[in-house]
Amino acid sequence: MTALTLYALTGAALIGLGLYGLIAARHLLRRIVAFNLLGSGLFLYLGAAGARGDGPDPVPQALIITGIVVALSASALAVGLLVAGARLSGRATLPEEAE
Amino acid sequence: MTFVLDAVLCALILGVAAATIAGHGVFRAIVFFIVYGLLVAVGWVRLGAVDVALAEAAIGAGLTGVLFLAAYGRLGREGAGGDAPAPAHLPAAMAGLGVTCALGWAWSALPLPDRPGPQLAEALPMSGVENPVTAVLLNFRAWDTLLESVVLLAALTGLWMLTRDAAWGGRIGLPQHVRPDGVMAGFGRVLPPLGLLVGVYLVYIGADRPGGAFQGGTVLAAVGLVAALAGAVRPPRIGATRWRAALVAGPLVFLLAGLAGAALGAGFLTLPPQIAGAALFAIEVALAASIAVTLAFLVLGPPEETITR
Repeated sequence: MTALTLYALTGAALIGLGLYGLIAARHLLRRIVAFNLLGSGLFLYLGAAGARGDGPDPVPQALIITGIVVALSASALAVGLLVAGARLSGRATLPEEAE
Repeated sequence: MTFVLDAVLCALILGVAAATIAGHGVFRAIVFFIVYGLLVAVGWVRLGAVDVALAEAAIGAGLTGVLFLAAYGRLGREGAGGDAPAPAHLPAAMAGLGVTCALGWAWSALPLPDRPGPQLAEALPMSGVENPVTAVLLNFRAWDTLLESVVLLAALTGLWMLTRDAAWGGRIGLPQHVRPDGVMAGFGRVLPPLGLLVGVYLVYIGADRPGGAFQGGTVLAAVGLVAALAGAVRPPRIGATRWRAALVAGPLVFLLAGLAGAALGAGFLTLPPQIAGAALFAIEVALAASIAVTLAFLVLGPPEETITR
């Protein structure tokens, strides 16, 4: 097994972990964290795929940098919505999932 | 030996990620996520992608961590900071495992990519910069980057729309209270000058070496955040005209450079080689300023303090 395969499989496992957290977590901030983990795993998988052959390919790298910045701005908006929702309802879970 | 290093690093990444998902408590999950971001940044260096490593360390571990910690504090004020117990979820585990196995299989079936080799080597001298990642970001795939800078603006607009009516016109973010002789006040004096130097250097060097508008802009955003959190500077009022101008400067310069390309007959967003170097430098500086301001405002969040009119 090469190092690239190792990073790709790590990325694949991160995507699975993130997906589990996104579905299973109840606290919405934890869901946003899990979503970031999922995206990060996807970047790692793509980056490992782009690094095969001779040396890293700049095109996936540029896409990943774009993706990291967009992930932050989407997270900031999601956090803003979450705080606004918690201000109205007093909790950080979805109403249908309240125990 | 290096394989052992990679294996240990991957095991650490997975362990910290598992702790982020499965650990108890929201605060602990956030702290593990920050550690995770730093480890992944090391992973990117191991993959030879230093530009991505810089972005991941500055954004993935730095700004995202601050954003989540601030959100945790805000939720605590609303009485929603406590963790909601999440029972083990079998369908979710099946879905996660299924996706992981499918991707693992896809990796073995993935055809080797065509190397960018000769085409990129021919095109690179005409792009105006020497760092191939910057060339792709600002020249060859300029559409992606232009629209991304607009996405940042759209996210900030959406976030500001969540401001309470009573707080509109106030200073953005939470009011900060810092002990004058505390650790944070000390950080606020020491870190910003160093960060400013690193940020400007990263923007400047991005044309030829790893770095660029995104990495440098993020470091500059972090400088602003540290200064604001330490109470060294007061964040601007929401909607102040000069700061609005800084928000749109990057996309605007990018668009003007694109139109200049069209006027010179090369086509919209296609930079002819004779102006590419100067145009990319102008875009890089303006974009870094806009990214820094936008990211700092995104992380600080909408104003919270009620304004007395």
